Amino acid sequence: MKVENIIEQAAVLRGAIGDDLHDRLTTAIYKDAGQIADRAVARQGKSASQSFDQKLDRVLTSRLWGFPLMLLMLTIVLWLTIAGANVPSAMLSDLLQGTVYNTLHSLANSLNSPWWLSGFLIDGVYLATAWVISVMLPPMAIFFPLFTLLEDLGYLPRVAFNLDRLFKRAGAHGKQSLTMMMGYGCNAAGVVSTRIIDSPRERLIAIITNNFSICNGRFPTMILIGTIFIGATAPPVLASFIAATSVAAVAVLGIVFTLLVSAFLSKTWLKGEASSFSLELPPYRPPQIWQTLYRSIIERTLIVLKRAVWMAAPAGAIIWLIGNIFVGEMSIAAHVIGFLNPFGLLIGLNGVILLAYIVAIPANEIVVPTILMLTLNAAKSGLAQNGVMIELDDLQVREVLTGVGGWTLLTGINLMLFSLLHNPCSTTIWTIWQETKSFKWTTVATVLPVVLGIVVCLLTASVARLFNII
Amino acid sequence: MSTQAVTIKQCGGCATDCHTAQLTKLGIKVRNWDFAVALAGNPNTGKSTIFNALTGLRQHVGNWAGKTVSRAEGAFNFEDKKFKLVDLPGTYSLLSTSVDEEIARDFILFGKPDVTVVVADATRLERSLHLVLQILEITNHVVVALNLMDEAERDEMTIDVRELTRELGVPVVPMSARRGTGVSELLKAIGKVAAGQFPLQARQIRYEDKKLESAIETLTAQLGETFADLPNARWVALRLLEGDESVINAVRTKTLGTLKIENSFSQLALSEAR
Repeated sequence: MKVENIIEQAAVLRGAIGDDLHDRLTTAIYKDAGQIADRAVARQGKSASQSFDQKLDRVLTSRLWGFPLMLLMLTIVLWLTIAGANVPSAMLSDLLQGTVYNTLHSLANSLNSPWWLSGFLIDGVYLATAWVISVMLPPMAIFFPLFTLLEDLGYLPRVAFNLDRLFKRAGAHGKQSLTMMMGYGCNAAGVVSTRIIDSPRERLIAIITNNFSICNGRFPTMILIGTIFIGATAPPVLASFIAATSVAAVAVLGIVFTLLVSAFLSKTWLKGEASSFSLELPPYRPPQIWQTLYRSIIERTLIVLKRAVWMAAPAGAIIWLIGNIFVGEMSIAAHVIGFLNPFGLLIGLNGVILLAYIVAIPANEIVVPTILMLTLNAAKSGLAQNGVMIELDDLQVREVLTGVGGWTLLTGINLMLFSLLHNPCSTTIWTIWQETKSFKWTTVATVLPVVLGIVVCLLTASVARLFNII
Repeated sequence: MSTQAVTIKQCGGCATDCHTAQLTKLGIKVRNWDFAVALAGNPNTGKSTIFNALTGLRQHVGNWAGKTVSRAEGAFNFEDKKFKLVDLPGTYSLLSTSVDEEIARDFILFGKPDVTVVVADATRLERSLHLVLQILEITNHVVVALNLMDEAERDEMTIDVRELTRELGVPVVPMSARRGTGVSELLKAIGKVAAGQFPLQARQIRYEDKKLESAIETLTAQLGETFADLPNARWVALRLLEGDESVINAVRTKTLGTLKIENSFSQLALSEAR
């Protein structure tokens, strides 16, 4: 029998049975499941734990307390991270950029290695790697376990629940609040997780806006800049708290942009109604402390660090090369920075930062180390060349950036904003292409955030200039 | 990610866990397996936890629905047989079509797993049974892993596992994967079903409507003639009657039975990226 005949016959039979077959099948299954469950399950009223869950949910997801508690939770986590990371960060940079760096250089000297070789390997590849480790490892080792604990407890779905209302109003799918939470780990993972959204329109919105979730790679940048530029303006007692608040504020701004851009897209290119769904609140589960620690330190932290180091080593090589290959009077880096500088300054950043973002397209993790190395290279600081540049703790990073790089508070704030609003990393862009297979939407997802970032930075810079604040 | 085999040797004294002594976690070494096992279930019921417990892999686990969006594969050895384990995305049904439900459905139907383990939430049994019953429509080589028994206990619920086994006609294994209890019993059940040692009498939903049943019969017979090795003609017939576009297309292009596998490893790559 021919295949087409079977299909035709099915269509005829379907007409005879009626259109509501799908519903009838579903009803039959539900009825059967209900009967089996009735026979197999015996329960004695509502248990204490369930009513405790409900009471907790009433507070955590209440219209009045939901958002303030969310903000408080985020700030506390960030505060613990910033306050806790200070000392180990300083110790690590003492070791890696001080002792080890000096040892490597004296070893190179004793071996009579040519300047370009030791420069390329030690000042380029090694230094960038050391930077990434000392800047990123301590905050990650504190932030990830705390974040994973919240996830393990079951708090993240409550956050998603709180945000669901807003997403609906923005014309987006409620599940986007979940994919957004996923993006806080890794935007590439967030983009893949949008597969839980059925409607292509809403899925595209979720993909395009996922970049506004600050990923693992960008949190350390935010934390560092927040600490040295914003925290440092406050009295020492409050410094960590103010720094944490500033990072939390940028994170919230990310959510605001997610909603605004979603609303914009669903009113213009991706018109349509929000589809409804029911979001499930899992029971609160006591977190498994040791497993969480192990998982988040060994897996998340080390995996992110490994990726950062893999990216940092070649980036360090490139930075050293463009800083030491001369075209005419100036190095390649100096040419590019000089070219980008006017535009950079116009939007409250500078040429070094823009170049760093180009070098760091493969991985956001290495933006700050790249900026520091480029700043020092570009300024032709004597420090960098004879190997004294080392041992930069937070305060000295600030000195390098303000003294050598000419940074102001505005530069710090705008760098945080630009870190939130710029193109996704290459892994994420590739993932977006894989998921959409659309050149158009991949381009939109890549370019839209940068344009937004430039506009926002220009805006803050103009306001600052207008009122002569900075 | 470690691909080294980890054999659990210590057994001494523990009466309940002796079967795990014969478990060798093989990580992602998936080659030349004797049996393929699919892991299905509602979201957030502990599928990934069970997957990790059996394979020694470390899929991301989190207390929320929808983390696993594509298939992840791993392997383990048990009683000298090699099992390939495929972790499917969590779904509530196989009826409507979203990407994750399609991946799960396609694999159970066309991937022809030797055993399909359906992870059920003991605290929300009725809802879990919706999926169990739908999977039983496709295959009777099923083991129900009744997970989260500790939470059911905390909620003061008692579940009659023997009654449930009788009703469903397939093995039901009570367990608390987070605490590691019940894993050995699950392994034993998987081994039995795979080897065909369990008398399976999977519950089939019969529809009271005579017109419907005869329509199903007609189509089932015709499908059986055209497609020699169709895994489940009755199920395909039902979908044709429903007008399920993806199944109609698969019948039309005769791709029924060929499985798309492009998504299989992306989840593993992901868990590494995190």
